Amino acid sequence: MEANIATKTNAQTWGGGDNNPLGASYGKMMMWFFILSDALTFSGFLGAYGFMRFKFNDSWPIAEEVFTHFPFLHGVPAPMYYVAFMTFVLIFSSVTMVLAVDAGKALDKKKVTFYMLLTIIGGIIFIGSQAWEWKNFINGTYGAVELNDGKIIQFVNKDGKQVALESFAKANHSERTQLTRDKGMWFMSESAIPPFTVNDVIEGFEAHPELSIRTEKVNLETKEKTIVPRDQAMSYLKEARTVVMGANLQVNEYGMPLFADFFFFITGFHGFHVLSGIVLNIIIFFNVIIGTYDRRGSYEMVEKVGLYWHFVDLVWVFVFTFFYLV
Amino acid sequence: MGAHAQEHKSHKKLIWKVFGILSIITIVEVVLGIVKPEALFYTKIAGTSILNIIFLVLTLVKAYYITWFFMHMADETKSLRRSVVWTAVFLIIYLATLLLIEASYVNDVLGPLVKWNY
Repeated sequence: MEANIATKTNAQTWGGGDNNPLGASYGKMMMWFFILSDALTFSGFLGAYGFMRFKFNDSWPIAEEVFTHFPFLHGVPAPMYYVAFMTFVLIFSSVTMVLAVDAGKALDKKKVTFYMLLTIIGGIIFIGSQAWEWKNFINGTYGAVELNDGKIIQFVNKDGKQVALESFAKANHSERTQLTRDKGMWFMSESAIPPFTVNDVIEGFEAHPELSIRTEKVNLETKEKTIVPRDQAMSYLKEARTVVMGANLQVNEYGMPLFADFFFFITGFHGFHVLSGIVLNIIIFFNVIIGTYDRRGSYEMVEKVGLYWHFVDLVWVFVFTFFYLV
Repeated sequence: MGAHAQEHKSHKKLIWKVFGILSIITIVEVVLGIVKPEALFYTKIAGTSILNIIFLVLTLVKAYYITWFFMHMADETKSLRRSVVWTAVFLIIYLATLLLIEASYVNDVLGPLVKWNY
């Protein structure tokens, strides 16, 4: 009788016991299936993005007009370069991670420590770059005007290039000042009001005959936004509701607010994955230093956390394609 | 332990080779994204531009290299590989196909109703 009773402790059962289904250790196999489910989550998000992208096929913002900033190149449009830099940072931190795994297989504690450290630094650089990218997107480039029905009107010069609001509009501060705590009660404040009122912008537009406006509507032949002739522009501007600078979850000077929502949500969710990856890497890094895996005789934990880190890179490859390239 | 360390073959060369491949693909993507060659950008195929198809294929190639050589999927058993990769590939294609077909339909119906002149 006694022989039929399982004598293993719970601890071993939770560790998967002696079974090795699919030829992988319990932890590694479960990391793979976690990654599978996480990949499906991300594809759900990117699929939703694709749905909206196709639904508004003829009025979606053009990514290369949105992400044009590069450090120290003020006002010089440099699409793609910065995000390419970010991609390289992440790929390179993947390389150092896999080198750490490789060194772990050879039980080379020193090298594992070194490569883990490089991986963590790479992750921190990436997440800092992401923050900078968000900052630029939130602050905006040119500014625009939102119409009563929510459409965005941008201003262009004779060559069809976009111009910034401050290059032609003068702030009269006619409407009101920003409500802050010291002007009202301690609990009263509001989000920053745009530096210009709609009237300031319209006055500036009338004073500069070389300007015209551009709607969100994309010409599917030329793949460019439609420019409205100046003599018809006033009928659009009469509908103007508010001045928009930059992007947040409600408004977006580059076009549809949905674009901003998806951008913040998907890159934010990815950034959160990077952040948790960094935290996991730091934990494993210190475990390596104090010799936990050396005593265990196996650096498999480095491999498992490495799987997660590579997955973060894998997701970025897709985010990069669908937000910046396609 | 020592014996185990000896029998491990370092993949260093392979890792740097994969890094080279991924870098080259990324550079090609970025250059194409900036230049947008007219022949690729304006020629439609399968509902989108040739350029977009190229981006998609290059992305999948990158995903393959990351999964197979950085995540060592190549070294796992066939059963683990298939239960992860096939599941993901099937479900994602399924989801994306339905979503994009429906979205195109919504665009066909909704597009003409949106007013662009005032």
